[in-house]
Amino acid sequence: MGIGKKHVSHGTLRNSFDRRSVVLGSVQGGIGVLLAARMGWIAVAQNQKYELEAESNRVNLTLIPPRRGWVLDRNGHPLASNRADFRVDIIPERLVDSDATTKLVGQLLQLTAVEMRDLEDKLDKAHGFQPVEVKSGLDWEQFAAISVRTPDLPGVVPQRGFSRYYPTGPSVGHLIGYVGAANAEEYQEERNPLLVTPGFKIGKDGLEKQFDKQLRGAPGARRVEVTASGRIVRDLETREDTPGQPIRLTIDGPLQDYAARRLGVESGAVVVMDCHTGDILCMASMPSFDPNSFSDGIGRIEWKMLSDDDHVPLRNKVLRGLYPPGSTVKPMVSLAFLEAGLDPGESVGCGGGLRVGNRVFHCWNRRGHGTTDMAKGIYQSCDVYFYHFAQKIGMDRIAAMAKRLGLGAEFPLPVAGQSYGTVPTPDWKKRKYGKDWAVFDTVNATIGQGYMLVNPLQQAVMASRIASGLELMPRLMGGGRDPRPRSLGISKEHLDFVHAAMSEVVNGRGTAGRARLPVPDVLMAGKTGTAQVVGLNIGRGKGGLWKHRDHGHFIAFAPFDKPRYACAVVIEHGGGSGAAYPVARDVMTYLFDPAKAMEVLHGMEASWGGTPQQRMAARYAVYASQYGGSAPPVADDAAEQRAQANETAVEPVQPIVRGAESPPPEPGVAVQPADGNAAPASPAPAPSPVPAAAMRDPAE
Amino acid sequence: MSRSIVPEAIARQPWRVFLPLTALVLFGGAVLYSAAGGHLRPWALTHVIRFAVFMVMALVIARVRRELFQTLAYPIYGGVLVLLVLVELIGGIGGGSQRWLNLGFMTLQPSELMKPAIVLALARFFESLPAAMTASWRGLIPALGLVGVPAALVMLQPDLGTALAICFGGFVVMFLAGLPLRWFIGGGAVAAVIAPIAFFTLLHDYQRNRVLTFLDPESDPLGTGYHITQSKIAIGSGGFFGKGFGNGSQSHLEYLPEAHTDFVFATMAEEWGMLGGIFVLLVFAVIMHWGWQTARSAPDRFSQLLAGGMTATVFFYVAINLMMVMGLAPVVGIPLPFLSHGGSSMMTNMICIGTILAVRQWQLRR
Repeated sequence: MGIGKKHVSHGTLRNSFDRRSVVLGSVQGGIGVLLAARMGWIAVAQNQKYELEAESNRVNLTLIPPRRGWVLDRNGHPLASNRADFRVDIIPERLVDSDATTKLVGQLLQLTAVEMRDLEDKLDKAHGFQPVEVKSGLDWEQFAAISVRTPDLPGVVPQRGFSRYYPTGPSVGHLIGYVGAANAEEYQEERNPLLVTPGFKIGKDGLEKQFDKQLRGAPGARRVEVTASGRIVRDLETREDTPGQPIRLTIDGPLQDYAARRLGVESGAVVVMDCHTGDILCMASMPSFDPNSFSDGIGRIEWKMLSDDDHVPLRNKVLRGLYPPGSTVKPMVSLAFLEAGLDPGESVGCGGGLRVGNRVFHCWNRRGHGTTDMAKGIYQSCDVYFYHFAQKIGMDRIAAMAKRLGLGAEFPLPVAGQSYGTVPTPDWKKRKYGKDWAVFDTVNATIGQGYMLVNPLQQAVMASRIASGLELMPRLMGGGRDPRPRSLGISKEHLDFVHAAMSEVVNGRGTAGRARLPVPDVLMAGKTGTAQVVGLNIGRGKGGLWKHRDHGHFIAFAPFDKPRYACAVVIEHGGGSGAAYPVARDVMTYLFDPAKAMEVLHGMEASWGGTPQQRMAARYAVYASQYGGSAPPVADDAAEQRAQANETAVEPVQPIVRGAESPPPEPGVAVQPADGNAAPASPAPAPSPVPAAAMRDPAE
Repeated sequence: MSRSIVPEAIARQPWRVFLPLTALVLFGGAVLYSAAGGHLRPWALTHVIRFAVFMVMALVIARVRRELFQTLAYPIYGGVLVLLVLVELIGGIGGGSQRWLNLGFMTLQPSELMKPAIVLALARFFESLPAAMTASWRGLIPALGLVGVPAALVMLQPDLGTALAICFGGFVVMFLAGLPLRWFIGGGAVAAVIAPIAFFTLLHDYQRNRVLTFLDPESDPLGTGYHITQSKIAIGSGGFFGKGFGNGSQSHLEYLPEAHTDFVFATMAEEWGMLGGIFVLLVFAVIMHWGWQTARSAPDRFSQLLAGGMTATVFFYVAINLMMVMGLAPVVGIPLPFLSHGGSSMMTNMICIGTILAVRQWQLRR
């Protein structure tokens, strides 16, 4: 770009210097103004934002886990409370000599080899300032032993806190559930820093889970000033926690405990309801687990114990156990008969069996009951009577009554799930299997076998509705006004008749004479039931393999003339109703005369080896010595396992052909009981050939 | 040029820069005192002592005659260049980058000395260059060489910030010397093309990260963006009046990195707020203004270029550092003159001040 060589002299250079220095100076001044503006923007305009960020740098908030709300029984006694607890945590970041410190802590706390190994695992996984729980529930001596040595144990933090306490342990395990530290998924879901605060537990199961938000409370907080590397400089302030709200149940705590303990070594369930309000006074399922020991995680030994037990301690049988109700449906069927206009005096001759089509259906009493009317049909549990008249009245009316009384229903309760079973009808069978209803289906259903499946809660509701004539709804949450249930619209006359027959079962010529209450002036009415589990070709039902024994049922209410309490008892594979009614008798006795009932229980527990807690402890000791550290590791989440246990509850407990004289008319009909089950379908239905043809009700 | 009042003028003149400078250094001392948690050691005391020592040095430089400057310009430049090569060799032998020479009583960073030395050498060069050749290639090529060689050596260390400072000082002198404007525009265009290429090939990973982080500091708040984020938090949380002397949580709780050196402005701003920031900016404005005034009224080309170049060198420190701490420039290790704790930068800046003072003297003496 030669614009003609411009002459450059000293003068022009000087001028250029002046001009350019002014330009540079101006640019510099501009940058200075820019910097001032920038600073104004950061320091003044955005001051609040940065002040907040500086504050969040400076101040470290340590959450203090809130005390959990209590779970109270109907009288205000705690079923779940909190107790002051001494805990020791390790903060891995602050450990100077990890191995030596861990070893010394282990010695001071007398940790076993298994516990030590678990602790080392946890420390390996931990990082940063997240404390690792070494042990909770320490006694004062151990806590003090650690506390006095804290100067020599950098990184070891003895803390006082609160832990969940269930005074009656296993008795309320299924009902209330348990608490535990939040797992990764739960944290993902909620993103609440409280969930990863050491010592904080959330409800993992049962009511603890259902009412977690209410029970949880608000955390307290300790504000400390920390350096960038996390060193605490000083305490700023401490805010107390707000304890969670208590929840009050309709459960009668002592009764719940009594019922659970009275079930003893059996696998079963007891439900007691109030006949005025529908309040559930007790819903016990045994065997159970001790929620106290679940809350700090499940040890390997404990886990093996639970998974080895064929009584499925993780399944809540009250809500998730489905059973053929056996003869306990007979009062219900009788009400259906009466409403259909059947004269209770009309009788049939029982010769020990009845031919239906080309097959013979047996009565449980092979010698026959002779002339049998409705009352005798109930108190003697004569099957032939029901075989005969059920065919005349028809399944639809029986099913309608069953549903009115609560069978097949899912109740509005704050529980994780109910398996509500089946009340079979012709329509249902058509829908489900595409097959027409057969006469023998009716015959089976009238004695609570075949497709009929119920859970113990439904049986208790049925008992309470028969007892009261009211449309009682089971109620678990207390407080508020008592409900005023409507009448079921069943005639008083019919109810009185059935009540009398049910009283005869216990207090007269019936099948449960030994169920009579040892309480003066209180008569209990009831109905036995025995449900087959396997066909006669496999087992007799009374002995042999536990898995093959009959289920024992008993429904009852008392006092029979002025019903106050209704009760249902199921003993899985108890060998018949004889296993169930003594439990019902003692539980009822407890309601009227607790001292007398306790006396009976103490005698029994002496022979069983103590209370459930004592028996579990003894069993634990045996397992610990047997397996030591070789027990398999615990599954990731006990709650998950428990859910699984509940799912499999839908196993087909369908009774199977027993004593069929004639070949089944429809070989290969799949026995799939679960229609309305909440849980996913269980594996392939039972391979058994046919739904019960010739059934025999094995009631005594 | 009123000779009668010369002694008086000599006695009066330096105060115009010494007073604000001393105020700034004492203020810096206070900030360092607070940053050390309320202790004179390890920073505040040495900071003030160094200033006193280097002030004496600056006064000595101010007494040096113009002819001596002119005579020594190339030897000084050559000597510093040799030192730079020496550092590079020692670093190579020692295995790893090294930026300083251990002289026993102090560690010397030759690259720091190069900043005033390049200004001196270029001023000398353009003085001796006949005015008519200023617009020709013969004016440009040697100047580029004078700048390029030390810049490349420093870049090898690697020290991007100082290399840029050397280039900046050199280009400012070239610009003031009257090289045609189109060369700068053309050079700028070429740099715009080369810079991205250099970014991906010549820069070290950590340098690249710093630039990337500068572009988006929040992308990695705990990694390389940490410095900028924490610095902005410190400045921003100070507000207009600051949190008060000794109350800066960002610096005291160690969230602010390099709180006493590169990020000393953030440390100051947290406790003194916008008010302190304005004070610092004003002092620098006074110094800059004084520097340019001296340059413009300087008696000849050499002293003009010398004073202008020195002023620009000090400015470069200030501008880059402040832009960095406020998140307007990438993190390059450049301290803030007269506030940051550190001997080398204090020395460099006092050499610059001393040289401008010398120019002032020549002007007054004439």
